[in-house]
This record gives sequence, C-alpha cells and structure tokens, in this order.
Amino acid sequence: MTKYTDQGKQDTRSGYGAGMTELGRTNPNVVALCADLVGSLKIETFIEENPERFFQVGIAEANMMGIAAGLTIGGKIPFASTFANFATGRVYDQIRQSIAYSDKNVKICASHAGLTLGEDGATHQILEDIGLMKMLPGMTVINPCDFNQTKAATIAIAEHHGPVYLRFGRPKVANFTPADQKFEIGKALMLSEGSDVTIIATGHLVWEALLAAETLENQGISAEVINIHTIKPLDEKAILDSVKKTGCVVTAEEHNYFGGLGESVSRVLASHHPAPQEFVATQDTFGESGTPDQLMEKYGLNNKAIEAAVLKVLKRK
Amino acid sequence: MPNTQELQDLVVQVRRDILRMVHKVNSGHPGGSLGCTEFLVALYNEIMDLNDGFDMDGIGEDLFFLSNGHISPVFYSVLARRGYFPVEELNTFRLIDSRLQGHPTTHEGLPGVRVASGSLGQGMSVAIGAALAKKLNGDDHLVFSLHGDGELQEGQNWEAIMYASGNKVDNLIATIDRNGKQIDGETEDVLPLGDVAEKFRVFGWDVLEIENGNDLDAVIAGLNEAKGRTGKGKPVCIVMTTEMGNGVDFMMHTHAWHGKAPNDEQLANALEQNPETLGDY
Repeated sequence: MTKYTDQGKQDTRSGYGAGMTELGRTNPNVVALCADLVGSLKIETFIEENPERFFQVGIAEANMMGIAAGLTIGGKIPFASTFANFATGRVYDQIRQSIAYSDKNVKICASHAGLTLGEDGATHQILEDIGLMKMLPGMTVINPCDFNQTKAATIAIAEHHGPVYLRFGRPKVANFTPADQKFEIGKALMLSEGSDVTIIATGHLVWEALLAAETLENQGISAEVINIHTIKPLDEKAILDSVKKTGCVVTAEEHNYFGGLGESVSRVLASHHPAPQEFVATQDTFGESGTPDQLMEKYGLNNKAIEAAVLKVLKRK
Repeated sequence: MPNTQELQDLVVQVRRDILRMVHKVNSGHPGGSLGCTEFLVALYNEIMDLNDGFDMDGIGEDLFFLSNGHISPVFYSVLARRGYFPVEELNTFRLIDSRLQGHPTTHEGLPGVRVASGSLGQGMSVAIGAALAKKLNGDDHLVFSLHGDGELQEGQNWEAIMYASGNKVDNLIATIDRNGKQIDGETEDVLPLGDVAEKFRVFGWDVLEIENGNDLDAVIAGLNEAKGRTGKGKPVCIVMTTEMGNGVDFMMHTHAWHGKAPNDEQLANALEQNPETLGDY
C-alpha cells in the first residue's frame, strides 16, 4: 500500500484553478462563470487565457445559474463558481428547475465549503450543502480531499455529461495524493488497508483520517481508510466490502451529520449489512468565527476526533 | 409562409385546443394562454427561423424560451401544430405518464422544450445563456423569450435585466405579457409594477411596445420591428399589452380564469365563440 506523505500544503480551490487552466487549454467548449469572486476561486489564468469564454455575472448567483443552464444549449460546458453557501442554498430552486430537472450539463463549483472558511463566520460557512445537492435527482456530488485530487476532479467532470456539484475549500492543507492521478467519478479509493475498523472520509477529513490511522496503529488498532471523493453516486461496493471485513465504521466529513456522507453510508449499511457507525461531523449546528484549526478542534473534525470515534465504535462491535 | 387568414384560423384552433385541454383535466391555466395565443402563433409560424425537427442545441435556428411556464396549454398547442409532436398528444395534457406535464419540461423529452419552467422568474437568465452560446458559436440567429408581467416581481429577473444590457446581449428579444393580472388580482394591487417599459429603458434595454397584443397584425409588426433592432448593442424588450382570456367573452376582463378550467357548459359556450378551423385533435 502506498504510504501517503504531505507534498506541501496547498488549498483545494487552487486545485480547481489549476484544473480550469488546463481545461481552458484543452477543451474549447468549457466556459467559466463567476459571481464577483474570481480571486477567491483562483481562475485568473483561465480568464487571462480565454477572456471570451469567461462571464462575470456580478453578485447575482441566481442569474449565474440560469445563464449557465442556457449556455449548455449550444454545446457549452459551463463551470459556475462561487462560495459553497451562495452556490447551493441561495440558489436551490434555480439549480433544481433550470439545471437538475432540465438535465443541463452544468458544473457547480463551490469553494470555501465548511468551517475552514474561518473568520468570516457562519453566514459563509455552509455545512448543509452536501445534503442539499445529493437530494437533487441526477446530481453528482464530489468533495475531493486535496489540491491534486481537486485538479483531477475538475478535469474529469468536464467529460461527464450531466449536472455536477464540486465542493472544495479555502485553507492550505496537506497535498498527498499523486499529481498524475486519474479521477474516476464514483470510485472510492482505498488509502490504507486495515482489519479492525473502517474509516470513511471525504474532503479535508481524509488527511485527518490518515493521521488518525497512524496513531491508532501505534495502539495496535488496524484501521482501513477509504477516501470517498464522490458522495453521489456512492461506491457502495467499496463500503460494504470493507465493513464486512472490519465490522464497524467511522465516517468523517466537514458537514452536518444530517444530510452528509455519514447518512449516505448509514443507508447502505442499513440496507445490506447493518454495523455500528460513529459520525465525525458537525452536530446540527452553525459555525462561527475562528481560525480553521480552532474551528475544526472545537467542532470535533480532526484526527483526534476520528481517533476518539474509532475507540468508541470498537466498543460497540 | 402562411397568409394572414391561415394564421387567424390557427389562432382560433389553438384557442379551442387550450380550452379543450384544460377542460378535460379540470386544471391548467387558460387565461394567460388565451392572452398569448396570437403572439406564439405569430412567433412560431411567421417570425422565427426554425430548423426541421428538434435538437436541444438549436444551432442555426432561432430559439424560444417560455419563462411563465403555466401557460403551457398555448405552448403545447402551438408546438404540436407546428409539427414538433403529434397534435393527438394534446389529449395527454397533465395526465399520468404524459410528456405534456402541467408545466413544460425537458425531463420527459418533449420536442420543442429546451428548459423546464414553472417556478417563475428563471427564463430570462436561461435565454441570456443561450444567446451567449449563440455568440460564442458564431451563430447569428436570435433568442426569444416570453415572461408574464407578474413574474417580474421575482428578483432574478432584475439580475438578468441588468446583466443583458451591461453585457450587450443584443441577440435577445424578451417579451413581457402585460395583461395586468396575476392570481391574487391586478398586478398594480398585488405589487405594483408601474411603467414596465420605462423600467427596462432605464436598465439600458431598447424597448418597444405592442399596444394590442391580441391583434395578430400588430403582433407580427411589433416582432418584425424588434428583430430589426437586434445586433445594435442592446437587448430588445417588447412590452405587449394583452387581454387575459382573450377570445372567450366570459373569461376576459377578469383574473378569475388565470388557473381555472371551464365546466362542460362553459366549454360549449367558449367553443361556440371559436368555431373549429383546422380540425380538433
């Protein structure tokens, strides 16, 4: 098994920007839209190299989603980007009717998801977006874990026909997956094999899961770590194969436990192979101002919280 | 191109289709549909440059987006009679397993529909997107859209209106059906819209008005005038005054028939006022 190491901290939003730069050079149908957050979304290079394929819509996200839907009529592949809060809750009905129900090939690209947005506080820290988006019929929901994976996912979704929600974040975090990875939508990645417990993580929590697995190994606990970058469609087989082996699971995500990855995993287990599960997620609460590290500590979303959840779930086996 | 009499006959036949469709399922929106019959008949049979058949991308042809999706009866009738799907399918309006949903959708694969509408205020943004795609594709065809006046109470429209002028989307003709009525009453009582034409003007659009949107000749003249104003750096808006329920005397001058179907007796009366021309489905 590959031993993952931090190749240097980078923000996942820059992975999106890098992916967009590459798509700008390789796919003439890709167009980008943004609602007054170009710098935050890191798409300056795409805009510089393809000014005619960029649409600045201003602070008008509802209009952006509608324009994106319209651009698909004529064969364009729009990447509509803003903060996760404004890319989902604010425009839910526009996404529902004009994009999802209308079967439009729009990529909704959402930065600053979760608590790690930091100091701006709860108005900007959405912890409900995975739930909102996964409930829409036909919507693919992806939450990559680091810079390299976000870049690979950005490139991959251009080849997938249909609406996609791509979720990423603001802080610089460990970049540990291979730069040359091929991103397969809906395919879970086994990062570390183990036999006592399965840790299923998404987004920023994947690296934390690896750190937790290392600590647990020192305590004689063998943890299997699975990176679920695609929350919908969910790789049910990978989950079941692992939990059948280990007999218990901890899910970890930067999201409310209502509507998140954890609930999706519970559904699979309840239907096919009931097993004890603990949820590392926010507990039906809003966030608040603070540094990303402080927030992840306070709300129980780091490697220590995963470790504690593992110890708890093992007792329930 | 059909002559005026043929278009008039089509108008009357479409009115019959609308009335029969909503009567059969005792639901749907006849009022706004009847008010926009002349407009949609003219658009699809006289004004738009259309390809044979239907494909979603619509490259090399004019496009139309219905934003006020509740007037689906007139949209479906005009599409069917233009040949997008068999007119007999109008029989399935609002029934289970039908492609003719209560509000138009692409989801069931009905030819002629390019986006779902029904939740109001979204169509102008979509039309702008399609117009931008035409520009990127070097396609000099036009994009038309239709909006209810009450629908302008939705804020997304004003985002779109600002965007279209600010970005010189001059291959777009958005028509506002100014019938002055909405579900709860007169628009000016529910939430006043004021001078719609002036509002579009100050937002930077080129605006023209069709004073009688139920006069076929006036509608055709207005649409041709609007076409002549495209490509000049501004999006074009037509403020078209219509009468909700037009062509059926007891449905006119009231908002009562916005979303209500006639009973058997009322249907017979309404059909008598609109004798069969091209043949019922």
